[in-house]
Amino acid sequence: MNRPLSWFNITSLTLGFTFLYLPMVILIIYSFNASKLVTVWAGFSTKWYVRLLHDEQFLDAAWVTLKVAVCSSTLATILGTMAAYALVRMRRFPGRTLFSGMVYAPLVMPDVIIGLSLLLLFIAIGLDRGVFTIVLAHTTFAMCYVAIVVSSRLTSFDESLEEAALDLGCTPFDAFKSVTLPIIAPAVISGWLLSFTLSLDDLVIASFVTGPSSTTLPIKIFSSIRLGVNPEINALSTIMIGLVTVGVLVASLVSRNTIAKREREELEANLAPVTEPAMASVTEGVVRDEEIEDARASGARG
Amino acid sequence: MNLRRLLIVIVPYAWLVGLFLIPFLIILKISLSDTAIAIPPYTPTLDLSAGWAGIKEFFSELDLENYYFLWTDSLYWKSFVSSITIATISTFLTLLVGFPIAYAMARAPSAWRPTLMMLVILPFWTSFLIRVYSWMGILSTNGFLNNFLMWTGLIDSPFHILNTPTAVYIGIVYTYLPFMILPIYSTLEKMDISLLEAAEDLGCTSRSAFWLVTVPLARYGIIAGCFLVFIPVNGEFVIPSLLGGSRINMIGKVLWDEFFNNRDWPVASAVAIILLLILVVPIVLFQRVQQKQEEATV
Repeated sequence: MNRPLSWFNITSLTLGFTFLYLPMVILIIYSFNASKLVTVWAGFSTKWYVRLLHDEQFLDAAWVTLKVAVCSSTLATILGTMAAYALVRMRRFPGRTLFSGMVYAPLVMPDVIIGLSLLLLFIAIGLDRGVFTIVLAHTTFAMCYVAIVVSSRLTSFDESLEEAALDLGCTPFDAFKSVTLPIIAPAVISGWLLSFTLSLDDLVIASFVTGPSSTTLPIKIFSSIRLGVNPEINALSTIMIGLVTVGVLVASLVSRNTIAKREREELEANLAPVTEPAMASVTEGVVRDEEIEDARASGARG
Repeated sequence: MNLRRLLIVIVPYAWLVGLFLIPFLIILKISLSDTAIAIPPYTPTLDLSAGWAGIKEFFSELDLENYYFLWTDSLYWKSFVSSITIATISTFLTLLVGFPIAYAMARAPSAWRPTLMMLVILPFWTSFLIRVYSWMGILSTNGFLNNFLMWTGLIDSPFHILNTPTAVYIGIVYTYLPFMILPIYSTLEKMDISLLEAAEDLGCTSRSAFWLVTVPLARYGIIAGCFLVFIPVNGEFVIPSLLGGSRINMIGKVLWDEFFNNRDWPVASAVAIILLLILVVPIVLFQRVQQKQEEATV
Protein backbone atom coordinates (compact mmCIF):
# COMPACT_ATOMS: atom_id res chain seq x y z
CA MET A 1 0.00 0.00 0.00
CA ASN A 2 3.06 2.26 0.10
CA ARG A 3 2.53 3.96 -3.21
CA PRO A 4 4.67 7.04 -3.81
CA LEU A 5 2.95 10.27 -2.89
CA SER A 6 1.51 12.31 -5.75
CA TRP A 7 2.70 15.87 -6.27
CA PHE A 8 -0.63 17.13 -5.04
CA ASN A 9 -0.23 15.28 -1.74
CA ILE A 10 3.36 16.41 -1.28
CA THR A 11 2.32 20.00 -1.89
CA SER A 12 -0.54 19.84 0.61
CA LEU A 13 1.70 18.32 3.28
CA THR A 14 4.41 20.92 2.72
CA LEU A 15 2.03 23.88 2.66
CA GLY A 16 -0.02 22.51 5.55
CA PHE A 17 2.89 21.99 7.90
CA THR A 18 4.49 25.28 6.87
CA PHE A 19 1.22 26.98 7.82
CA LEU A 20 1.14 25.15 11.17
CA TYR A 21 4.75 25.82 12.12
CA LEU A 22 5.93 29.02 10.39
CA PRO A 23 4.17 31.42 12.83
CA MET A 24 5.81 29.71 15.79
CA VAL A 25 9.21 29.65 14.10
CA ILE A 26 8.94 33.39 13.38
CA LEU A 27 7.94 33.99 17.00
CA ILE A 28 10.97 32.06 18.23
CA ILE A 29 13.39 33.84 15.87
CA TYR A 30 12.12 37.27 16.85
CA SER A 31 12.42 36.47 20.54
CA PHE A 32 16.20 36.77 19.99
CA ASN A 33 15.84 40.16 18.33
CA ALA A 34 17.80 43.00 19.94
CA SER A 35 15.33 45.67 18.84
CA LYS A 36 12.29 46.59 20.87
CA LEU A 37 10.42 47.03 17.59
CA VAL A 38 9.50 43.41 17.29
CA THR A 39 9.28 43.37 13.52
CA VAL A 40 12.62 44.99 12.68
CA TRP A 41 15.65 42.73 12.99
CA ALA A 42 18.50 44.44 14.84
CA GLY A 43 20.88 41.62 15.64
CA PHE A 44 20.96 38.65 18.00
CA SER A 45 20.36 39.20 21.67
CA THR A 46 19.09 37.30 24.69
CA LYS A 47 18.22 40.41 26.66
CA TRP A 48 14.46 39.72 26.65
CA TYR A 49 15.10 36.39 28.34
CA VAL A 50 17.24 38.08 30.98
CA ARG A 51 14.63 40.74 31.52
CA LEU A 52 11.89 38.10 31.72
CA LEU A 53 13.75 36.12 34.36
CA HIS A 54 14.06 39.25 36.49
CA ASP A 55 10.43 40.22 36.10
CA GLU A 56 8.87 39.50 39.51
CA GLN A 57 5.33 39.72 38.17
CA PHE A 58 5.93 37.04 35.54
CA LEU A 59 7.71 34.76 37.97
CA ASP A 60 4.86 35.12 40.48
CA ALA A 61 2.29 34.40 37.79
CA ALA A 62 4.26 31.36 36.64
CA TRP A 63 4.38 30.05 40.19
CA VAL A 64 0.63 30.54 40.73
CA THR A 65 -0.09 28.81 37.40
CA LEU A 66 2.09 25.85 38.28
CA LYS A 67 0.49 25.44 41.72
CA VAL A 68 -3.00 25.59 40.22
CA ALA A 69 -2.10 23.15 37.45
CA VAL A 70 -0.56 20.54 39.76
CA CYS A 71 -3.39 20.68 42.32
CA SER A 72 -6.25 20.77 39.84
CA SER A 73 -4.90 18.06 37.54
CA THR A 74 -4.27 15.71 40.47
CA LEU A 75 -7.76 16.29 41.89
CA ALA A 76 -9.27 16.00 38.42
CA THR A 77 -7.49 12.72 37.78
CA ILE A 78 -8.85 11.19 41.00
CA LEU A 79 -12.40 12.46 40.50
CA GLY A 80 -12.39 11.72 36.77
CA THR A 81 -11.18 8.15 37.28
CA MET A 82 -13.92 7.61 39.86
CA ALA A 83 -16.51 9.06 37.48
CA ALA A 84 -15.27 6.82 34.65
CA TYR A 85 -15.43 3.77 36.92
CA ALA A 86 -18.97 4.67 37.96
CA LEU A 87 -20.06 5.19 34.36
CA VAL A 88 -18.53 2.03 32.94
CA ARG A 89 -18.82 -0.46 35.81
CA MET A 90 -22.11 0.55 37.43
CA ARG A 91 -24.84 0.27 34.88
CA ARG A 92 -27.65 1.26 37.19
CA PHE A 93 -27.89 3.86 39.86
CA PRO A 94 -30.43 6.62 40.46
CA GLY A 95 -29.73 9.67 38.30
CA ARG A 96 -27.26 7.94 36.00
CA THR A 97 -28.50 9.84 32.93
CA LEU A 98 -28.03 13.18 34.66
CA PHE A 99 -24.57 12.06 35.77
CA SER A 100 -23.40 11.07 32.30
CA GLY A 101 -24.90 14.28 30.92
CA MET A 102 -22.92 16.31 33.44
CA VAL A 103 -19.73 14.46 32.51
CA TYR A 104 -20.11 15.15 28.79
CA ALA A 105 -21.56 18.67 28.90
CA PRO A 106 -18.47 20.63 30.05
CA LEU A 107 -16.54 19.29 27.05
CA VAL A 108 -18.67 21.30 24.65
CA MET A 109 -19.72 24.13 26.93
CA PRO A 110 -18.11 27.47 25.93
CA ASP A 111 -15.49 28.68 28.44
CA VAL A 112 -17.26 31.98 28.95
CA ILE A 113 -20.35 30.19 30.27
CA ILE A 114 -18.41 27.89 32.62
CA GLY A 115 -16.42 30.85 33.93
CA LEU A 116 -19.45 33.08 34.44
CA SER A 117 -21.53 30.38 36.13
CA LEU A 118 -18.76 29.41 38.56
CA LEU A 119 -18.06 33.02 39.45
CA LEU A 120 -21.73 33.58 40.22
CA LEU A 121 -21.69 30.48 42.44
CA PHE A 122 -18.58 31.59 44.34
CA ILE A 123 -20.14 35.01 44.93
CA ALA A 124 -23.45 33.47 46.00
CA ILE A 125 -21.80 31.33 48.67
CA GLY A 126 -19.38 34.08 49.65
CA LEU A 127 -16.15 32.24 48.82
CA ASP A 128 -13.01 34.41 48.63
CA ARG A 129 -11.66 34.31 45.11
CA GLY A 130 -8.05 33.32 44.45
CA VAL A 131 -5.90 30.26 43.84
CA PHE A 132 -8.42 28.02 45.58
CA THR A 133 -11.35 29.00 43.36
CA ILE A 134 -9.25 28.59 40.19
CA VAL A 135 -8.32 25.09 41.36
CA LEU A 136 -12.01 24.25 41.92
CA ALA A 137 -12.94 25.57 38.47
CA HIS A 138 -10.13 23.80 36.61
CA THR A 139 -10.78 20.54 38.44
CA THR A 140 -14.43 20.67 37.39
CA PHE A 141 -13.88 20.84 33.66
CA ALA A 142 -10.66 18.79 33.59
CA MET A 143 -12.23 15.84 35.47
CA CYS A 144 -14.65 15.43 32.57
CA TYR A 145 -11.77 15.07 30.10
CA VAL A 146 -10.12 12.52 32.42
CA ALA A 147 -13.42 10.63 32.74
CA ILE A 148 -13.72 10.35 28.94
CA VAL A 149 -10.12 9.20 28.44
CA VAL A 150 -10.23 6.65 31.29
CA SER A 151 -13.70 5.32 30.46
CA SER A 152 -12.67 4.47 26.91
CA ARG A 153 -9.83 2.41 28.35
CA LEU A 154 -12.10 0.78 30.96
CA THR A 155 -14.65 -0.21 28.30
CA SER A 156 -11.98 -1.95 26.26
CA PHE A 157 -10.81 -4.28 29.02
CA ASP A 158 -12.40 -7.47 30.19
CA GLU A 159 -14.41 -7.15 33.39
CA SER A 160 -14.00 -10.87 34.10
CA LEU A 161 -10.36 -10.17 35.06
CA GLU A 162 -11.60 -8.22 38.06
CA GLU A 163 -14.09 -10.95 38.86
CA ALA A 164 -11.35 -13.57 38.66
CA ALA A 165 -9.26 -11.61 41.15
CA LEU A 166 -12.27 -11.35 43.47
CA ASP A 167 -12.95 -15.09 43.15
CA LEU A 168 -9.35 -15.80 44.03
CA GLY A 169 -9.80 -13.96 47.32
CA CYS A 170 -8.76 -10.40 46.57
CA THR A 171 -10.62 -7.69 48.40
CA PRO A 172 -12.31 -5.23 45.99
CA PHE A 173 -9.64 -2.65 46.80
CA ASP A 174 -6.81 -5.15 46.15
CA ALA A 175 -8.46 -6.17 42.89
CA PHE A 176 -8.63 -2.54 41.84
CA LYS A 177 -5.04 -1.89 42.90
CA SER A 178 -3.41 -4.95 41.35
CA VAL A 179 -5.63 -5.65 38.32
CA THR A 180 -7.59 -2.60 37.23
CA LEU A 181 -5.15 0.18 38.01
CA PRO A 182 -2.14 -1.25 36.12
CA ILE A 183 -4.30 -1.72 33.04
CA ILE A 184 -5.87 1.73 33.04
CA ALA A 185 -2.63 3.44 34.18
CA PRO A 186 -1.68 4.76 30.71
CA ALA A 187 -5.10 6.38 30.37
CA VAL A 188 -4.89 7.81 33.89
CA ILE A 189 -1.46 9.28 33.14
CA SER A 190 -2.56 10.82 29.87
CA GLY A 191 -5.64 12.16 31.64
CA TRP A 192 -3.38 13.86 34.18
CA LEU A 193 -1.19 15.34 31.43
CA LEU A 194 -4.24 16.55 29.55
CA SER A 195 -5.67 18.23 32.67
CA PHE A 196 -2.30 19.78 33.40
CA THR A 197 -2.07 21.31 29.92
CA LEU A 198 -5.69 22.47 29.98
CA SER A 199 -5.04 24.21 33.28
CA LEU A 200 -1.81 25.86 32.06
CA ASP A 201 -3.62 27.03 28.96
CA ASP A 202 -6.81 28.43 30.40
CA LEU A 203 -7.36 32.17 30.17
CA VAL A 204 -11.12 32.66 30.13
CA ILE A 205 -12.29 30.59 33.12
CA ALA A 206 -9.38 31.74 35.30
CA SER A 207 -10.11 35.40 34.47
CA PHE A 208 -13.68 34.99 35.71
CA VAL A 209 -12.99 33.13 38.93
CA THR A 210 -9.71 34.70 40.07
CA GLY A 211 -9.38 37.34 42.75
CA PRO A 212 -7.32 40.52 42.63
CA SER A 213 -4.26 38.95 44.26
CA SER A 214 -3.72 35.86 42.13
CA THR A 215 -2.82 36.30 38.48
CA THR A 216 -2.06 33.27 36.35
CA LEU A 217 0.39 33.31 33.45
CA PRO A 218 -2.28 33.36 30.69
CA ILE A 219 -4.01 36.30 32.39
CA LYS A 220 -0.68 38.14 32.62
CA ILE A 221 0.18 37.34 28.99
CA PHE A 222 -3.24 38.43 27.78
CA SER A 223 -3.10 41.76 29.56
CA SER A 224 0.35 42.54 28.15
CA ILE A 225 -0.37 41.55 24.54
CA ARG A 226 -3.76 43.20 24.35
CA LEU A 227 -2.11 46.40 23.21
CA GLY A 228 0.32 44.81 20.78
CA VAL A 229 3.34 42.63 20.30
CA ASN A 230 5.80 42.56 23.21
CA PRO A 231 9.33 41.07 22.97
CA GLU A 232 9.27 39.71 26.53
CA ILE A 233 6.19 37.68 25.64
CA ASN A 234 8.04 36.33 22.59
CA ALA A 235 10.77 35.08 24.91
CA LEU A 236 8.22 33.58 27.29
CA SER A 237 6.41 31.89 24.38
CA THR A 238 9.68 30.43 23.15
CA ILE A 239 10.37 28.93 26.57
CA MET A 240 6.85 27.47 26.75
CA ILE A 241 6.99 26.05 23.21
CA GLY A 242 10.39 24.53 24.01
CA LEU A 243 9.13 22.86 27.19
CA VAL A 244 6.07 21.42 25.44
CA THR A 245 8.13 20.13 22.52
CA VAL A 246 10.60 18.39 24.81
CA GLY A 247 7.73 16.96 26.88
CA VAL A 248 5.88 15.56 23.87
CA LEU A 249 9.06 14.12 22.34
CA VAL A 250 10.03 12.39 25.60
CA ALA A 251 6.49 11.05 26.07
CA SER A 252 6.37 9.63 22.56
CA LEU A 253 9.84 8.06 22.88
CA VAL A 254 8.87 6.47 26.21
CA SER A 255 5.64 5.08 24.80
CA ARG A 256 7.46 3.73 21.73
CA ASN A 257 9.97 2.01 24.00
CA THR A 258 7.19 0.53 26.09
CA ILE A 259 5.52 -0.87 22.99
CA ALA A 260 8.83 -2.30 21.76
CA LYS A 261 9.41 -3.88 25.18
CA ARG A 262 5.95 -5.40 25.16
CA GLU A 263 6.51 -6.80 21.70
CA ARG A 264 9.73 -8.38 22.90
CA GLU A 265 7.88 -9.89 25.84
CA GLU A 266 5.21 -11.18 23.51
CA LEU A 267 7.86 -12.85 21.38
CA GLU A 268 9.43 -14.49 24.43
CA ALA A 269 6.03 -15.55 25.71
CA ASN A 270 5.26 -17.18 22.36
CA LEU A 271 8.63 -18.94 22.20
CA ALA A 272 8.54 -20.34 25.70
CA PRO A 273 4.98 -20.85 26.86
CA VAL A 274 5.84 -24.11 28.62
CA THR A 275 8.81 -22.86 30.60
CA GLU A 276 6.74 -20.01 32.01
CA PRO A 277 6.97 -20.57 35.77
CA ALA A 278 3.79 -22.30 36.79
CA MET A 279 4.07 -20.75 40.21
CA ALA A 280 3.52 -17.24 38.88
CA SER A 281 0.50 -15.69 40.45
CA VAL A 282 -2.63 -16.08 38.38
CA THR A 283 -3.46 -12.41 38.41
CA GLU A 284 -0.06 -11.47 37.06
CA GLY A 285 -0.32 -13.97 34.25
CA VAL A 286 -3.72 -12.66 33.28
CA VAL A 287 -2.50 -9.09 33.31
CA ARG A 288 0.45 -9.97 31.15
CA ASP A 289 -1.86 -11.58 28.58
CA GLU A 290 -3.99 -8.49 28.53
CA GLU A 291 -0.92 -6.31 28.00
CA ILE A 292 0.22 -8.50 25.15
CA GLU A 293 -3.19 -8.15 23.53
CA ASP A 294 -2.73 -4.47 23.93
CA ALA A 295 0.73 -4.43 22.43
CA ARG A 296 -0.64 -6.42 19.52
CA ALA A 297 -3.43 -3.91 19.07
CA SER A 298 -1.12 -0.92 19.24
CA GLY A 299 1.39 -2.66 17.03
CA ALA A 300 -1.34 -3.15 14.44
CA ARG A 301 -2.35 0.48 14.78
CA GLY A 302 1.20 1.85 14.50
CA MET B 1 -24.41 -1.71 46.56
CA ASN B 2 -21.86 -1.51 49.34
CA LEU B 3 -20.46 1.63 50.87
CA ARG B 4 -17.31 1.75 48.79
CA ARG B 5 -19.13 1.50 45.48
CA LEU B 6 -21.55 4.12 46.72
CA LEU B 7 -18.68 6.49 47.48
CA ILE B 8 -17.21 6.05 44.00
CA VAL B 9 -20.45 7.37 42.52
CA ILE B 10 -21.33 9.95 45.13
CA VAL B 11 -18.08 11.93 45.26
CA PRO B 12 -17.83 12.88 41.56
CA TYR B 13 -21.62 13.16 41.36
CA ALA B 14 -21.76 15.65 44.22
CA TRP B 15 -18.81 17.57 42.78
CA LEU B 16 -20.52 17.98 39.40
CA VAL B 17 -23.87 18.88 40.93
CA GLY B 18 -22.23 21.50 43.13
CA LEU B 19 -19.84 23.00 40.60
CA PHE B 20 -21.63 22.48 37.32
CA LEU B 21 -25.38 22.03 37.72
CA ILE B 22 -26.03 24.52 40.52
CA PRO B 23 -23.89 27.29 38.94
CA PHE B 24 -25.85 26.76 35.76
CA LEU B 25 -29.16 27.13 37.60
CA ILE B 26 -27.78 30.32 39.18
CA ILE B 27 -27.10 31.76 35.70
CA LEU B 28 -30.64 30.86 34.67
CA LYS B 29 -32.07 32.55 37.74
CA ILE B 30 -29.99 35.72 37.39
CA SER B 31 -30.90 36.00 33.72
CA LEU B 32 -34.54 36.30 34.88
CA SER B 33 -33.75 38.89 37.56
CA ASP B 34 -33.61 42.67 37.40
CA THR B 35 -30.44 44.74 37.27
CA ALA B 36 -29.86 46.73 40.43
CA ILE B 37 -27.22 49.09 41.75
CA ALA B 38 -26.28 46.96 44.73
CA ILE B 39 -23.98 44.13 45.73
CA PRO B 40 -24.68 41.69 44.17
CA PRO B 41 -25.97 43.85 41.33
CA TYR B 42 -29.31 42.16 40.78
CA THR B 43 -32.64 41.58 42.55
CA PRO B 44 -34.42 39.61 43.89
CA THR B 45 -32.20 37.43 46.02
CA LEU B 46 -33.70 34.28 47.39
CA ASP B 47 -34.49 34.70 51.09
CA LEU B 48 -35.29 31.30 52.53
CA SER B 49 -35.92 32.66 56.03
CA ALA B 50 -39.21 34.16 54.83
CA GLY B 51 -40.54 30.64 54.21
CA TRP B 52 -43.00 29.74 51.50
CA ALA B 53 -44.14 33.36 51.04
CA GLY B 54 -40.55 34.39 50.37
CA ILE B 55 -40.16 31.66 47.73
CA LYS B 56 -43.43 32.70 46.08
CA GLU B 57 -42.39 36.33 46.00
CA PHE B 58 -39.01 35.34 44.61
CA PHE B 59 -40.60 33.54 41.66
CA SER B 60 -43.12 36.26 41.00
CA GLU B 61 -40.33 38.79 40.49
CA LEU B 62 -38.58 36.79 37.81
CA ASP B 63 -39.39 37.80 34.25
CA LEU B 64 -38.11 37.71 30.70
CA GLU B 65 -37.21 41.41 30.64
CA ASN B 66 -33.51 40.80 29.92
CA TYR B 67 -34.32 38.54 26.99
CA TYR B 68 -36.68 41.18 25.64
CA PHE B 69 -33.85 43.71 25.99
CA LEU B 70 -31.50 41.45 24.00
CA TRP B 71 -34.16 41.18 21.32
CA THR B 72 -34.73 44.95 21.02
CA ASP B 73 -31.09 46.10 21.16
CA SER B 74 -29.56 45.41 17.76
CA LEU B 75 -26.03 45.11 19.25
CA TYR B 76 -26.90 41.72 20.72
CA TRP B 77 -28.70 39.99 17.93
CA LYS B 78 -26.17 41.38 15.45
CA SER B 79 -23.36 39.83 17.46
CA PHE B 80 -25.24 36.52 17.62
CA VAL B 81 -25.65 36.62 13.84
CA SER B 82 -22.01 37.57 13.32
CA SER B 83 -20.82 34.76 15.64
CA ILE B 84 -22.81 32.18 13.72
CA THR B 85 -21.70 33.61 10.36
CA ILE B 86 -18.04 33.68 11.35
CA ALA B 87 -18.30 30.16 12.79
CA THR B 88 -19.94 28.84 9.60
CA ILE B 89 -17.49 30.45 7.18
CA SER B 90 -14.44 29.52 9.24
CA THR B 91 -15.65 25.91 9.59
CA PHE B 92 -15.86 25.74 5.79
CA LEU B 93 -12.40 27.32 5.40
CA THR B 94 -10.90 24.93 7.97
CA LEU B 95 -12.38 21.99 6.06
CA LEU B 96 -10.91 23.36 2.83
CA VAL B 97 -7.44 23.63 4.36
CA GLY B 98 -7.65 20.55 6.57
CA PHE B 99 -9.01 17.95 4.15
CA PRO B 100 -6.05 17.95 1.72
CA ILE B 101 -3.64 17.66 4.67
CA ALA B 102 -5.57 14.77 6.23
CA TYR B 103 -5.85 13.12 2.81
CA ALA B 104 -2.12 13.39 2.11
CA MET B 105 -1.32 12.08 5.61
CA ALA B 106 -3.51 9.02 5.05
CA ARG B 107 -1.78 8.37 1.69
CA ALA B 108 1.73 8.88 3.06
CA PRO B 109 3.97 5.83 3.61
CA SER B 110 2.93 4.14 6.84
CA ALA B 111 6.38 4.70 8.34
CA TRP B 112 5.84 8.48 8.20
CA ARG B 113 2.38 8.47 9.70
CA PRO B 114 3.21 8.45 13.44
CA THR B 115 5.57 11.39 12.89
CA LEU B 116 3.00 13.28 10.84
CA MET B 117 0.39 12.62 13.54
CA MET B 118 2.73 13.95 16.19
CA LEU B 119 3.39 17.06 14.09
CA VAL B 120 -0.36 17.73 13.94
CA ILE B 121 -0.89 17.12 17.66
CA LEU B 122 2.13 19.11 18.90
CA PRO B 123 0.58 22.58 18.30
CA PHE B 124 -2.48 21.33 20.17
CA TRP B 125 -0.39 20.95 23.33
CA THR B 126 1.14 24.41 22.98
CA SER B 127 -0.70 27.32 24.50
CA PHE B 128 -3.72 28.48 22.51
CA LEU B 129 -3.01 32.05 23.56
CA ILE B 130 0.54 31.90 22.19
CA ARG B 131 -0.63 30.46 18.89
CA VAL B 132 -3.10 33.33 18.43
CA TYR B 133 -0.48 35.83 19.58
CA SER B 134 2.04 34.59 17.00
CA TRP B 135 -0.23 35.96 14.26
CA MET B 136 -0.31 39.45 15.75
CA GLY B 137 3.32 40.02 14.81
CA ILE B 138 2.80 38.56 11.35
CA LEU B 139 -0.36 40.40 10.36
CA SER B 140 0.20 43.87 11.83
CA THR B 141 0.68 46.80 9.46
CA ASN B 142 4.45 46.83 9.91
CA GLY B 143 4.49 43.09 10.54
CA PHE B 144 6.34 40.21 9.01
CA LEU B 145 3.89 39.54 6.16
CA ASN B 146 3.72 43.15 4.99
CA ASN B 147 7.48 43.58 5.28
CA PHE B 148 7.99 40.44 3.23
CA LEU B 149 5.50 41.43 0.52
CA MET B 150 6.97 44.94 0.24
CA TRP B 151 10.49 43.49 0.08
CA THR B 152 9.50 41.26 -2.83
CA GLY B 153 7.96 44.28 -4.51
CA LEU B 154 4.52 42.70 -4.85
CA ILE B 155 2.86 45.59 -3.00
CA ASP B 156 3.84 49.22 -2.47
CA SER B 157 1.93 50.04 0.69
CA PRO B 158 1.12 47.71 3.57
CA PHE B 159 -2.18 45.83 3.81
CA HIS B 160 -4.40 46.29 6.82
CA ILE B 161 -5.10 42.73 7.90
CA LEU B 162 -4.89 42.85 11.68
CA ASN B 163 -8.20 43.96 13.24
CA THR B 164 -10.26 42.85 10.22
CA PRO B 165 -12.48 39.78 9.72
CA THR B 166 -9.71 38.25 7.57
CA ALA B 167 -7.38 38.15 10.57
CA VAL B 168 -10.10 36.45 12.64
CA TYR B 169 -10.59 33.81 9.93
CA ILE B 170 -6.84 33.17 9.71
CA GLY B 171 -6.64 32.86 13.50
CA ILE B 172 -9.55 30.40 13.68
CA VAL B 173 -8.36 28.22 10.80
CA TYR B 174 -4.87 28.14 12.31
CA THR B 175 -5.86 27.22 15.86
CA TYR B 176 -8.69 24.81 15.05
CA LEU B 177 -6.95 22.98 12.17
CA PRO B 178 -5.92 19.91 14.26
CA PHE B 179 -9.57 19.39 15.30
CA MET B 180 -10.48 19.11 11.60
CA ILE B 181 -7.48 17.07 10.45
CA LEU B 182 -7.56 14.33 13.11
CA PRO B 183 -11.12 12.96 12.66
CA ILE B 184 -10.87 13.10 8.85
CA TYR B 185 -7.47 11.42 8.92
CA SER B 186 -8.74 8.63 11.16
CA THR B 187 -11.57 7.77 8.73
CA LEU B 188 -9.39 8.08 5.62
CA GLU B 189 -6.66 5.95 7.13
CA LYS B 190 -9.06 3.03 7.62
CA MET B 191 -10.24 3.24 4.02
CA ASP B 192 -9.42 0.35 1.75
CA ILE B 193 -7.42 1.64 -1.25
CA SER B 194 -8.58 -1.28 -3.40
CA LEU B 195 -12.04 0.30 -3.42
CA LEU B 196 -10.58 3.15 -5.45
CA GLU B 197 -8.89 0.72 -7.81
CA ALA B 198 -12.20 -1.12 -8.21
CA ALA B 199 -13.96 2.15 -9.02
CA GLU B 200 -11.32 2.99 -11.60
CA ASP B 201 -11.54 -0.50 -13.12
CA LEU B 202 -15.25 0.01 -13.45
CA GLY B 203 -14.66 3.16 -15.48
CA CYS B 204 -14.52 5.99 -12.95
CA THR B 205 -12.02 8.74 -13.58
CA SER B 206 -9.84 9.31 -10.53
CA ARG B 207 -11.67 12.59 -9.93
CA SER B 208 -15.12 10.98 -9.88
CA ALA B 209 -13.77 8.09 -7.79
CA PHE B 210 -12.70 10.70 -5.26
CA TRP B 211 -16.20 12.23 -5.05
CA LEU B 212 -18.09 8.92 -5.28
CA VAL B 213 -15.90 6.73 -3.04
CA THR B 214 -13.44 8.67 -0.86
CA VAL B 215 -15.66 11.55 0.24
CA PRO B 216 -18.70 9.39 1.19
CA LEU B 217 -16.44 7.05 3.16
CA ALA B 218 -14.89 9.99 5.00
CA ARG B 219 -18.23 11.64 5.74
CA TYR B 220 -18.32 10.85 9.45
CA GLY B 221 -14.84 12.28 9.89
CA ILE B 222 -15.80 15.39 7.92
CA ILE B 223 -18.99 15.91 9.91
CA ALA B 224 -17.24 15.34 13.24
CA GLY B 225 -14.45 17.75 12.28
CA CYS B 226 -16.95 20.43 11.25
CA PHE B 227 -18.84 20.19 14.56
CA LEU B 228 -15.60 20.21 16.56
CA VAL B 229 -14.75 23.54 14.91
CA PHE B 230 -18.22 25.09 14.66
CA ILE B 231 -19.37 24.53 18.27
CA PRO B 232 -16.46 26.10 20.19
CA VAL B 233 -15.87 28.92 17.68
CA ASN B 234 -19.31 30.32 18.51
CA GLY B 235 -18.23 31.04 22.06
CA GLU B 236 -14.72 32.16 21.09
CA PHE B 237 -13.32 35.10 23.05
CA VAL B 238 -9.53 35.19 22.60
CA ILE B 239 -9.34 35.26 18.79
CA PRO B 240 -11.81 38.12 18.17
CA SER B 241 -10.30 40.19 20.99
CA LEU B 242 -6.70 39.82 19.86
CA LEU B 243 -7.05 39.68 16.08
CA GLY B 244 -10.46 41.23 15.40
CA GLY B 245 -10.16 44.67 16.92
CA SER B 246 -13.15 46.60 18.17
CA ARG B 247 -15.37 46.18 15.11
CA ILE B 248 -15.78 42.41 15.29
CA ASN B 249 -18.40 41.53 17.88
CA MET B 250 -18.62 37.87 18.61
CA ILE B 251 -20.93 36.72 21.35
CA GLY B 252 -18.22 35.48 23.72
CA LYS B 253 -16.67 38.93 23.64
CA VAL B 254 -20.03 40.66 24.19
CA LEU B 255 -20.66 38.47 27.24
CA TRP B 256 -17.21 39.31 28.59
CA ASP B 257 -17.67 43.07 28.09
CA GLU B 258 -21.18 42.99 29.53
CA PHE B 259 -19.87 41.32 32.65
CA PHE B 260 -16.51 42.99 33.21
CA ASN B 261 -17.05 46.45 31.71
CA ASN B 262 -20.78 47.14 32.12
CA ARG B 263 -21.19 45.03 35.26
CA ASP B 264 -24.61 44.02 34.02
CA TRP B 265 -24.86 40.49 35.39
CA PRO B 266 -28.47 39.76 34.43
CA VAL B 267 -27.86 40.69 30.78
CA ALA B 268 -24.57 38.74 30.70
CA SER B 269 -26.44 35.71 32.08
CA ALA B 270 -29.18 36.05 29.49
CA VAL B 271 -26.52 36.21 26.73
CA ALA B 272 -24.99 33.00 28.14
CA ILE B 273 -28.35 31.21 28.17
CA ILE B 274 -29.12 32.17 24.57
CA LEU B 275 -25.64 31.12 23.42
CA LEU B 276 -26.29 27.76 25.05
CA LEU B 277 -29.71 27.44 23.37
CA ILE B 278 -28.07 28.12 19.99
CA LEU B 279 -25.42 25.48 20.64
CA VAL B 280 -27.83 22.79 21.91
CA VAL B 281 -28.89 21.85 18.36
CA PRO B 282 -25.37 21.26 16.95
CA ILE B 283 -24.29 19.55 20.20
CA VAL B 284 -27.17 17.05 20.05
CA LEU B 285 -26.57 16.46 16.32
CA PHE B 286 -22.88 15.92 16.99
CA GLN B 287 -23.56 13.30 19.65
CA ARG B 288 -25.89 11.44 17.29
CA VAL B 289 -23.23 11.43 14.57
CA GLN B 290 -20.68 10.11 17.07
CA GLN B 291 -23.05 7.30 18.06
CA LYS B 292 -23.71 6.37 14.44
CA GLN B 293 -19.99 6.30 13.77
CA GLU B 294 -19.41 4.03 16.75
CA GLU B 295 -22.14 1.69 15.56
CA ALA B 296 -20.62 1.71 12.07
CA THR B 297 -17.18 0.72 13.33
CA VAL B 298 -18.40 -2.08 15.60
